[in-house]
Amino acid sequence: MAERSDTEEVKLLGMWPSPFSRRIEIALTLKGVPYEFSEQDITNKSSLLLQLNPVYKMIPVLVHNGKPISESLVILEYIDDTWRNNPILPQDPCERATARFWAKLIDQQICVAAMKVVGKVGDERDAAVEATRDLLMFLEKELAGKDFFGGESLGFVDIVATLVAFWLMRTEDLLGVKVVPVELFPEIHRWVKNLLGNDVIKKCIPPEDEHLAYIRARMDKLNIKSA
Amino acid sequence: MADEVILLDYWPSPFGARARIALREKGVEFETREENLRDKSPLLLQMNPIHKKIPVLIHNGKPVCESMNVVQYIDEVWSDRNPILPSDPYQRAQARFWVDFVDTKLFEPADKLWQTKGEEQETAKKDYIEALKILESELGDKPYFGGDTFGFVDIAMTGYYSWFEASEKLGNFSIEPECPILMASAKRCLQRESVVKSLHDSEKILELAYQLRKIYCV
Repeated sequence: MAERSDTEEVKLLGMWPSPFSRRIEIALTLKGVPYEFSEQDITNKSSLLLQLNPVYKMIPVLVHNGKPISESLVILEYIDDTWRNNPILPQDPCERATARFWAKLIDQQICVAAMKVVGKVGDERDAAVEATRDLLMFLEKELAGKDFFGGESLGFVDIVATLVAFWLMRTEDLLGVKVVPVELFPEIHRWVKNLLGNDVIKKCIPPEDEHLAYIRARMDKLNIKSA
Repeated sequence: MADEVILLDYWPSPFGARARIALREKGVEFETREENLRDKSPLLLQMNPIHKKIPVLIHNGKPVCESMNVVQYIDEVWSDRNPILPSDPYQRAQARFWVDFVDTKLFEPADKLWQTKGEEQETAKKDYIEALKILESELGDKPYFGGDTFGFVDIAMTGYYSWFEASEKLGNFSIEPECPILMASAKRCLQRESVVKSLHDSEKILELAYQLRKIYCV
């Protein structure tokens, strides 16, 4: 259970299908922090969202005792700094730096490359698939001999990398484009199975059927062919 | 056992500058190894195989990459003196948020200012100033982003401050009339001992910028 008082007000402005919103829910749940979830519509942004995140006007935003924090990686570190039980980041400074490095690689490069796989067609899509796989190979190697990126238990990089496990890998099934085949990425597939064995992950990721329906609807809207 | 601290660096880099400043703020002795970015050393390629970029801090043989990761690492290892990040979690989050903003919003326009011309350069200028104005509004009436003390966001910005003069000359514009308060803070930062020791002459940076521009055929 969290060390802090349960009378503290923790609110999360998020969206149920967003990987960036879900990673905050994972962290709060891991720490046993009760929170109120407020589903946002980014096509019709609430005045609350605009007030709490005036710079980017995006979710997720964590509000703790009235004070807002934005940007998912910043929020994750805030949660770890504030609720000290079940640490997410490692204790050792070098390992912390490495964890931050992988998180940025996932968000700034893997995520961008994966979005191109979805958004492009033909040769451009093939190139995007290759670029994504090149980046995923680094994660593949990093997982060798480990149950999780965090070692024996879930950590910062695992939480961030759920984007790969439950967004990229669910989308590729719908696209009919195997970006992360098990033959090339056995470690990543093993890691996903480990994630699915974890109660917090199971509780916090979007339910598969609803999620697939949502992704399919979005693809239809953007005229992207689904398998 | 004495610490071995090596910094793989490139003298005009605003990102290398951040690492140098942080080390000097903490009074850490370090060895600089200057890289030729067109002929990267085997050590750089081994220590940062994914991005192959400087700065890389090598502390007792272990590498740390990405400039603001390096700064955080330095703050965590030499935590007994001159804190760079605040101790309060909310203020730390704010500092991290603004450093992320700096690197997200200034990076591309700053490069495009000297790499491009015409309409592309004008757009870069507009984006650059817009981002600086948002930062200035965050600075408010504080002497530093860190409040009364030079901190995490100030170190991130000082890398860019070191290129202000070159950006202005190449972009043919002036930052001070647009962001006078930010400029005042910039001047304060540029006078700091750790910064003076870490930055090269702005003349040299300008000279390099002109040379680079020629290479880009602009």
